[in-house]
Amino acid sequence: MSLWDILGKFLHVLLVAGVGLTLLAAFLVWAERRVSAFIQDRLGPNRVGPAGLLQPIADLLKFIFKEDFSPGHVSKGLYFIAPALSLVPALLAFCVIPYARGMAIAPLNVGILIVFAISSIAVYGVTIGGWASNSKYSLLGGVRSSAQMISYELALGLSVIPVLLVVGELNMEAIVQWQLDHVWLVVPLFPAFLIFLIAGYAETNRLPFDIPEAEQELVAGYHTEYSAMKFALFFLAEYIHMITASALVVTLFFGGYHLPFVDVYPPGAWGTFLSGLVFLAKMAFFLFLFLWVRWTLPRFRYDQLMNLGWKILLPGSLILIMATAGVLVMLEAA
Amino acid sequence: MKTRIVKRPHLSFAERIYLPAILSGMRQTIRHFFGVVRDVLHWKEKSTAITMQYPEERWDFKDNFRGAPALVRDQHGREKCVACQICEFVCPPKAITIWPAEFEEGNKIEKYADRFEIDMLRCIYCGYCEEACPEEAIFLVKEAELVHTDKQSFVHDKGKLFEMGGIREDRILKWQNK
Repeated sequence: MSLWDILGKFLHVLLVAGVGLTLLAAFLVWAERRVSAFIQDRLGPNRVGPAGLLQPIADLLKFIFKEDFSPGHVSKGLYFIAPALSLVPALLAFCVIPYARGMAIAPLNVGILIVFAISSIAVYGVTIGGWASNSKYSLLGGVRSSAQMISYELALGLSVIPVLLVVGELNMEAIVQWQLDHVWLVVPLFPAFLIFLIAGYAETNRLPFDIPEAEQELVAGYHTEYSAMKFALFFLAEYIHMITASALVVTLFFGGYHLPFVDVYPPGAWGTFLSGLVFLAKMAFFLFLFLWVRWTLPRFRYDQLMNLGWKILLPGSLILIMATAGVLVMLEAA
Repeated sequence: MKTRIVKRPHLSFAERIYLPAILSGMRQTIRHFFGVVRDVLHWKEKSTAITMQYPEERWDFKDNFRGAPALVRDQHGREKCVACQICEFVCPPKAITIWPAEFEEGNKIEKYADRFEIDMLRCIYCGYCEEACPEEAIFLVKEAELVHTDKQSFVHDKGKLFEMGGIREDRILKWQNK
């Protein structure tokens, strides 16, 4: 690997993580506020810029100018690390996703495993934040979050296995290629998609599974004691998690950048750009679904959450793996 | 006590997996979503969104709304106030202060208000001044947003009061026919 390769990779990372994901997350905050307003028959922020599109910048300015206050009772070191620990895995998990034709920051052979390995670390950000804040609301939020994320990680991981069984490779690019050649995996594996989606909502701490920050009981959960940019990092992490989750759903089940009925993109940069747009559009739908579900469903109670995770999703995904394996074996024999 | 056995409703498979119920809920929310989208894009008359765009849109006050008190002129532009000071006396918080002055000989009306001040920080919008006025010269108008940055500006002087009151049709014009 020459120096230029490394520099190019660096630039790629900077563009995707520093500009792309951050902008998308900022835009998502705006979308969240406007969609929630629309669903509640309100208008939402529409003053700053055209249709309120510059609202994220106003929000950011507010975060920057707020006092960066840290309460005296916190455990200093961990308290400062937690927001970064929450944001970095969110950004990292995106690295293996082919967001356009041949474009992934790290086209690794172990693709999907890296995503799960990294997204497990995200629990630490939330849990450490809750612990270091030294407040009962934060602690409860952190504890709930770790319990929830650990429970749902199982279902999340297991629901991907049918995909891997069908495709036979871990590489994300290969999974997309298989879908290009055959059919979107959501068609044969709809139940797996459903489990993945539900578990994904729980992993991103989104409603209806947002009990780590249940406002009515825990003020704001694990980030109660955070303010200014440190809070903004938690906030950003949550939205980037959503983006990564949507990107994963699109890549695993909805053919990645594949546009149905139009099989090939033109070669060269133009085709790559088009494929990126298609990916973005699909991702936008799932991001919208996040918001849509949030304003439709009420929050689960803690025991209901655990019941759903351990008694339904986990056995469900296990059965699904066996069924998929069985069908595959039968197809092989036939 | 008589026991009544309540049978638990039998849930069908569709009801037990919740998904149909969730989908019907989502249909409901998306209907509202697109309702407001239509409003925002002006595809039809505003129907779903209930937000009032405040500085551009204002409340439609009823005619008997009790806003800030103001002085009025009749259709000929005559100041109707004759400085009888009844409003000043009836005003419960003593918000009104009048400095009457006399007309020279020959005028049908004896007095006029040289200075007329209403301290809006004292005013309680009770409407007694309007009720008491024998000349129908003072009214509570539909002005409800009084914003100033210093105390002095809240004392409305005569010019401000006439500006707010404007002209009101007088059907009798008693001084003209006297």
